[in-house]
Parts: sequence; structure tokens; C-alpha cells
Amino acid sequence: MIEIKNVTKRFDKTISLNNITIDFNIGESIALMGANGAGKTTLIRAILGYYHLDSGSIFVNSLNPIKDRVEVLKHISFVPQLPPPIKLNIGELLDYVSISSDISIDLIREYANELKLDIDSNLKKSFFKLSGGMKQKLLIAISLAKQSDIIIYDEPTANLDPKAREDFYRLLEKSSNNKIMLFVTHRLEEVSSLVNREVYMDLGNVISDKKI
Amino acid sequence: MNIRNSKYKNLFLVSYLDLKESIRSKWFLIYSIVFGGLIALFFIAGVTESQVMGFSGLSRLLLMYIQITIVILPIFILITTVRSISNDRDSHILEYMLSFPISLKEYYWGKLLGRFITVYLPVLFAMIIAVVYGVTKGATVPWELFFLYIGLLFAMSSSFLGISFLISSFVKSSEVALGLAFFIWIFLLSFIDIALISLMLSQRVSSELIIFISLINPMEIFRVSAISLFDPQLTVMGPVAFYILDIFSQKVFVLLSILYPTLLGLGLAFLGNRIFQKKDLV
Ligand SMILES: Nc1ncnc2c1ncn2[C@@H]1O[C@H](COP(=O)(O)OP(=O)(O)OP(=O)(O)O)[C@@H](O)[C@H]1O
Ligand SMILES: [Mg+2]
Repeated sequence: MIEIKNVTKRFDKTISLNNITIDFNIGESIALMGANGAGKTTLIRAILGYYHLDSGSIFVNSLNPIKDRVEVLKHISFVPQLPPPIKLNIGELLDYVSISSDISIDLIREYANELKLDIDSNLKKSFFKLSGGMKQKLLIAISLAKQSDIIIYDEPTANLDPKAREDFYRLLEKSSNNKIMLFVTHRLEEVSSLVNREVYMDLGNVISDKKI
Repeated sequence: MNIRNSKYKNLFLVSYLDLKESIRSKWFLIYSIVFGGLIALFFIAGVTESQVMGFSGLSRLLLMYIQITIVILPIFILITTVRSISNDRDSHILEYMLSFPISLKEYYWGKLLGRFITVYLPVLFAMIIAVVYGVTKGATVPWELFFLYIGLLFAMSSSFLGISFLISSFVKSSEVALGLAFFIWIFLLSFIDIALISLMLSQRVSSELIIFISLINPMEIFRVSAISLFDPQLTVMGPVAFYILDIFSQKVFVLLSILYPTLLGLGLAFLGNRIFQKKDLV
């Protein structure tokens, strides 16, 4: 369970999160929506423990994501909005995630196959040299293989072709029980079959929160 | 590679991957070529054979090597490592890599260890190659000199790596980091000397103080100590030698010049670690 209580985060003059209070519970699949600059990414990063808050508190499974970062992150899978230009090659990246988080590389390979990404022929390639869609597929495969109870996706389908999107949502439906799934998205119709809660943000506030 | 069971597995993992990444990079190639090339140039110039063959030839080679290292090593370390964390932050690599259960301590010290090995090994290898070459030419190896140099190089690498990681931990962008690193290099390399000389000329400050200030500069203490290995009385330095050797014996001075920059680097690195933990990660 994720408990966000009176959280405020400022960057200089901008208030990116304005006294936000919201909980996310096991079994919920949440579509997090809102205009550009609404504060969605900031909220996600705060949950991951990347920001020191100006006020308020966040607890993930009753733990503080900054103080107990290792424990908290064992339970979270995350795919960022833009795949970063990581210079490691694919083999090394897989070593990194499998050793640090006990993820099985075989499982990553399986998920990658389902997404039509051939890992083995790309092992020596730098991550940043993959195409945009291939990067996202790999990060998604890793996130699913991590088998976390909290899955956070910051617009992961931006670079995927229609076929890959279908595969992606099919995989998610298979593994969505007893989890918290948090999707940032601008296309509700895509995830509508998956989600049971819709949260809208604007200017750092939660402006609507519907369970469906 | 069996690091999966170690208590420090994440630390070693981060350094191992950083090391691999560095070794593939262009800057590392240039860096190794510069240091390897330097040694090769000396051979071609026949430094080892000039004068009486043997001890003094090889010692002169090492001395020249040291003089050039003073200028090149710090700037190389600074420009190649000062962006290591700030660059990852700028490009959102941290955002992803730190979403895995690795503590910030492990990440920071892992990076530092990886970078240390990358910058120190080529310099060390160059020294070893020089010695091997000297031996095949029949020279007697000045082992004491050799080991003290290795120690001095270790110390200077540590201090500049510490400076780099400290800068990297607090700057807002990697451009600023680079600018700041360059400024610090110039400052330590020459500006301090110039300022101190003019102070000395104005005669308003005691010589002891001036010498003290100049010796807290890791580049300067490296230089003086390196010279003292050849010239234990520091005669080339004139009256300044008197002040230094009045306080320390030459041996103590050399040990101090290994110990002090190493601790300085470590201290700065610890400070960088504190800042890294206290700041927003992205
Ligand atoms: N590191 C930062 N420094 C300064 N301002 C920031 C920083 N990160 C976010 N902001 C500001 O916070 C606000 C919210 O940004 P955020 O990235 O959370 O928006 P978002 O809802 O994810 O938008 P998008 O749909 O475009 O991804 C924006 O005004 C942005 O400029
Ligand atoms: Mg965003």
C-alpha cells in the first residue's frame, strides 16, 4: 500500500505537488492522467524516494522510501517516461538488474520474446543504440520479470507500435492480480479495460479521483 | 565473476560495470595512449641510456615522468570523472538505475572505486613497463624510488578523485562541473604559486606560512616530495628546503606527502557522499 499524505514539493518557484493526499491499495490499477506539467512524474519520483519533500510524508508498505530505500525498491518495478541513454550493453544491463534485484534473466528473455524483442542477438549492443521501441520493450520485460507487487509505468507505450502495445497490455492483464499498478497515460481508451481507478491531476493537485 | 553472494555485491557490481564502460570509452583510450606514449617517447629519446647506464638513467626517466604527471594526471582525472554522477543525473540514467534496490552508498562508492581503478591502472602500468624495459637494458632498478612513486601517484590520484566526486555530487549540471574542475586545476597548478610568490615578495607574511599554504596543495606536496627522492637535501629549492627539512626529516616528509593527499581525497569523497544522500536524485 502506498500512502501519500499532505505532500508538497517545490522547485524554486514552481509548486509541482501541492499538498497532495492520496492512497493506492493492493488490487487497484490506476490511470494517472493530467495535462503536461501537472506533476505526474514528480509524484512517481517522490514515491520512488528520489525527492526530499518540502512537507508531508510518503509510506510504501509502511516504509519510508528514502530511509528504507532498498527495502521499498525491492517491491517496485518502474519504467520511466523516456528510456535513458544508458551506455552499458544489454548483457551488462541484464547483469545489473539480475544481480541487484535477483531477477531471473531467463524470465526477462521470456517476456522479451512475448514482446517480439530478441535479446540474444543484441547482447553486445549498447542500450542507447537500440531503437526507441526496443528500449521500451526491454525495460518493460525487466519490469515484469521483477515480479513486484507495485508496478509503476510512466507512459511506457509512447514508442511502441500498435502490435507491441497489444502484446504489452495482454501481458499486463495476465499479471495484474494482487498488485498496485500505476499507469501514467494520456490515452485512457488504451488502458480502460485494465484500470479500475482514474486519477486526474492538474497544477500539482489531484482534481478528480474515480473508482470504476 | 562470482560476486552474487558477497555482502558488497552491489558495490562491486557498480564498480565492475563502471570499469567496463570506461575501458570501452574514447577518453580511456586517449588517456592510456598519453601515458603509454609518454613512456615510449622517453625510451626513444634514450633517457634510460643517456649518462651513465643504469641507476641514474632510469631515475631520470622516472623524474621526467613524474614532472609531466603533475600536469596531466590531475586534469585527466578531473575532466573524466567530474561528470560521472552529474552526467548520469542530467541524462536521467540515475532515475532508472536507482530504481533498483541498491543503496546510495553502494552506488556512490562503487562508482568511485571503478573510476579509481580506471585512472590509476594505466599510470601504474606505464611505470611497470618502464622498469621492465630498464631491466632488460641492464639497469639496476631503484626499487625504493619506484615504490615511493607508486605511493605518491596513488595519493595524488586519490585527492583529485575526491575533488571530482565532491564537485559531481553538488553541481546542478555537468557543464558547470567541467568548468569548476578546470578552474580548480588551473588554480592549483599555477595560480596559487603566483599569488604566493607575490606575497613572498611583499614580505608581509612569514615564509613559514607561505610554505605551509603551498604544501597543502596536493600538486605541490607531490612535486616537492618527488624531488626529495632524488635530492634528499632539496638543494634545488634553495632556502625553502631549510624550512621543510627543519620540521620533518626527509622520510617523514615523503610519508606525509603520501598520507595527506590520500586522506584529503577520502575526506572530500565522504563529504560528496553526504551531499549525494541529502540532495534530490533527479
Ligand atoms: N527537477 C526539476 N526542476 C525544476 N522544475 C521541475 C523539475 N521537475 C519537474 N519540474 C516542474 O514540475 C512541474 C511538474 O512536472 P512533471 O514532470 O511532474 O509533469 P508531468 O505531469 O509528468 O508532465 P508530462 O505529462 O509532460 O510528463 C513542471 O512545471 C516542471 O517544470
Ligand atoms: Mg511526466
